[in-house]
Amino acid sequence: MTQTAKSESLVAPAWRFLASIRLTVALLLLLAATSILGTLIPQGGAPSEYIGRYGETIFRLLYAFDLYDMYHSWWFRGLILLLTGNIVVCTLKRFPSVWKIVFSGKTAPTSVKPGKVEPVAFEDARDPEALQSEYEAYIRKRFRRVETESMENGFRIVAERGRWTRLGVSGVHLSIVILLAGALVGSLFGFDGYVNIAEGESIDRVRLRNDNTVMPLGFEVRCEDFNVSFYDSGAPKEYRSRLQILENGKIVVEKDIIVNDPLRYKGVNFFQSSYGSLPARELTLNLTNRDSGEAVRVNAALGRRVEIPGTDLRFYFRQIENRYRLRGMDVGETVLGVLETPTGETTEVILPVRFPSYDKMRKGEWIVSVADHEHRYYTGLQTTRDPGVPLVYAGFILLIAGCWVAFFMAHQKVAVEVTRSARGCAVRVYGSSNRHPVGFETFLKKIAAGLARQKGGAHD
Amino acid sequence: MTSSLVLSATTFVYGASAFFYIAAWVFHQNALGRLAFWTGVAGVLGNVAGFGLRWAETYQMGVGHAPLSNLYESLVFFSLAIATLYLIVEKKYGHRSIGAFAMPLAFLAMAYASLSPNISDRIQPLLPALKSNWLIAHVVTCFIGYAAFAVAFGLSLMFLAKRNPDAPGLFGSRIPDERVLDELTHQMVMLGFLFLTAGIITGAVWANSAWGRYWGWDPKETWSLITWFIYATLLHARLMRGWRGRRAAIFSIVGFGAVLFTYFGVNLLPGLHSYGSM
Repeated sequence: MTQTAKSESLVAPAWRFLASIRLTVALLLLLAATSILGTLIPQGGAPSEYIGRYGETIFRLLYAFDLYDMYHSWWFRGLILLLTGNIVVCTLKRFPSVWKIVFSGKTAPTSVKPGKVEPVAFEDARDPEALQSEYEAYIRKRFRRVETESMENGFRIVAERGRWTRLGVSGVHLSIVILLAGALVGSLFGFDGYVNIAEGESIDRVRLRNDNTVMPLGFEVRCEDFNVSFYDSGAPKEYRSRLQILENGKIVVEKDIIVNDPLRYKGVNFFQSSYGSLPARELTLNLTNRDSGEAVRVNAALGRRVEIPGTDLRFYFRQIENRYRLRGMDVGETVLGVLETPTGETTEVILPVRFPSYDKMRKGEWIVSVADHEHRYYTGLQTTRDPGVPLVYAGFILLIAGCWVAFFMAHQKVAVEVTRSARGCAVRVYGSSNRHPVGFETFLKKIAAGLARQKGGAHD
Repeated sequence: MTSSLVLSATTFVYGASAFFYIAAWVFHQNALGRLAFWTGVAGVLGNVAGFGLRWAETYQMGVGHAPLSNLYESLVFFSLAIATLYLIVEKKYGHRSIGAFAMPLAFLAMAYASLSPNISDRIQPLLPALKSNWLIAHVVTCFIGYAAFAVAFGLSLMFLAKRNPDAPGLFGSRIPDERVLDELTHQMVMLGFLFLTAGIITGAVWANSAWGRYWGWDPKETWSLITWFIYATLLHARLMRGWRGRRAAIFSIVGFGAVLFTYFGVNLLPGLHSYGSM
C-alpha cells in the first residue's frame, strides 16, 4: 500500500510537470538558445584547436559540457527527451476530450451557441414554413451534419463540419514523436561510414565515422570507373562513379552514381562524396637524342626495368610523386627513375610531368620526358545504413498534413434560427469556430447572404 | 542579360508601389492606394517576367536550370513571394494600409539583389550537389515561408505603431484595428510555419539523397530549426497561454530576425550551404 501511495505521489507531480505548456515554451526556447551556441562554436574539432582559439580555461568548460559536439551531448539529448515526454503527456491528456468531440454522434442543437463572432440577422417576408426546406437544402450542401429542430415560433437548423480537424494538432505532435523515434532507430541500428575505392578495385568493408572501426558489408563493391568533368569556368560539373555490387564474385548490380543519385543495395547506401587521383603505374617516355634529334618512345611500368629500343640504355621506373618539390617549388606530378648503361653506370633522372624540358639540364646524351601516364582515380563513397528513414519520412508526411489541418481547417458549428415576426419571419445566423474568428465572421455573413437570396425554389 | 535589366526596372516599380502605399496611408488618399495596388501588380508581373526570362536564358547558355541557385536568384524569388502574398492578403482582407509596411520589404529585397555590388547577377552553371529535382521544391517552400514571416513582421510593426501612445493619432486611426492585425499576423505566422516546415523537410529529404543523411546540424539546418523553435513557441504560447497583441508582435519580430539570420547571417559561418552566399 505504502509502496503504491509513494509511487503515486511521485507520478502525479511528474505528470503535472510534463503536462505543462510552460514546460513546452521553456523547452522550445532552451533548444533554440542552445542550438545557437552550437553554430557559434565549431563542432567536432580537435582539442588543440579549441585550446588555441579560446584558451585552456574555456576549453575545460567546453569539454565539461560537450560543447564541441553539443548536439550529441547528454544534456541536449535530455532536452529532446523531455520535449518528447512533454508532447506525449500533453497529447494523452487532451486526447480523450478531443476523441469525445470527434466521435460524439449527432449534433445537439443546444451545443451550438453564438461564439465570439457577432450573429448575423435579416428578415424575410415569407412564413417560416415556406423557408424550411430551401434553407435545409442550402445548409446541407455546405455541411456534413445537419439537424433541424422545430421551435415554438419557427425552426432551427444546426449544422457542423470539420470535427475531425481537431485531430490535426494531435497529428502534428504524433508526427514529431514518430520522426524522433525514426532518428533513434537510425542511431541504434544504422551506421555512417566511408570508403575509398581505386578504379578497377573492390572493397568489402567500410570505416565508420564515429569510432573509426572497420565494418564488413557482406558483399563486395567494385569501382569500375570514375570520371570528373568540369565547366569551362573550371567549376566541377559532375562526379560519376560506375559501381558494381558483387556477391560471391558475381556482378549482381551495376550502376553509375552521381552526387544526387546514390546506389542502394541491401539497405546500404553509397553516395558520391569525394575523389582523388592515385599514382600512375604505367607511363610513356619520350627520349630525344641531343645530337641527332632522333626520338624514341617507350612504355614503362612501375618498379620494372625496360630496355630502350635503339639504344643500349635501360630505364627503371622507381616512383611517381604527386607534389614533388624542386628547390622549394612544388612542380606537381613528377616521375623519379634511373637510367642504366650496360656497364652498370646509373643516373638518377627527375621528370616533372608539367616541364618536359627539365631533363635537358642534366646534359645527358638522351633527353627524357614523360609523354603520357596512366590517370587513375579513386572514388570516395559516403556509406550509410539508416533503417529509421521510413519512420522519419512517415513523420515528415504526417507533420506537413497535420500542420495544414491544424492551421487552415476548423471545426465550425452554425445555427440558423427562423422565428415568426410581424413582417414574416426573422432569421438569425450564428455559431462558433474553434479557429480563425475573422474568417468565420466572413463565412457567417456569406451564409446569411446566401440564405437571404433563396427565393422560392431558386437554388444557387 | 535582358532578365537583369527587367529585374532592375522591377526594383523601381516596387519602390514606386511602396512609396504610393506609404503616401496613401499618410495622406489618407484612396486614389493613391489604388495606384499603389496596381503599381504593385505591375511589379509582380515584371518580377515574374524577369524570373521567366532568366530561366530561358539559362537554357540559351546551355546550363538549363531553375533560377533558384544563388543569392541573387533567391532574393528575386523572395521579393516576388512577398509582393504576391501581400497583394493576395490585401485583396482578401481589404486593408490597404498594410501595404505601407509590406511592400517596402519586397522593394528592399529586390533592391539588395539589383544594386548591391557584392551580389553577382551572372548566370552560373549548377554545382553537382545542386543538380536535383529537390532544388525547386526546397527553395520555393522556404521562400514562401520566409515571405509569410516577412508580412507577419510588417503587421507586427504596425501593431506596435498603433499601440505606441506617442504615435500620431492620425496614423494610428488608419491602421486596421488590433484584433484584425493580431489575427492576420497569426495567419501569416501559421502560413510561414507550414512552409518553413515543408522547406526543412524537403531540405532533409534532399540531403538524404545527396549526402546520405537527412540531418547533419550544419549551421543553415540548425538556424532553420532555431527559427522553427521560435515560431513554434509563439504558436503554443498564443494558443495555450493566450499570448496576443504586443507580446505576440514582439515575438514575431524576433522570429523574423532569426529568419534573416538563417538567410544571410549563416553565410558568415562555415557549412554546406555556401552556394547561397555567391
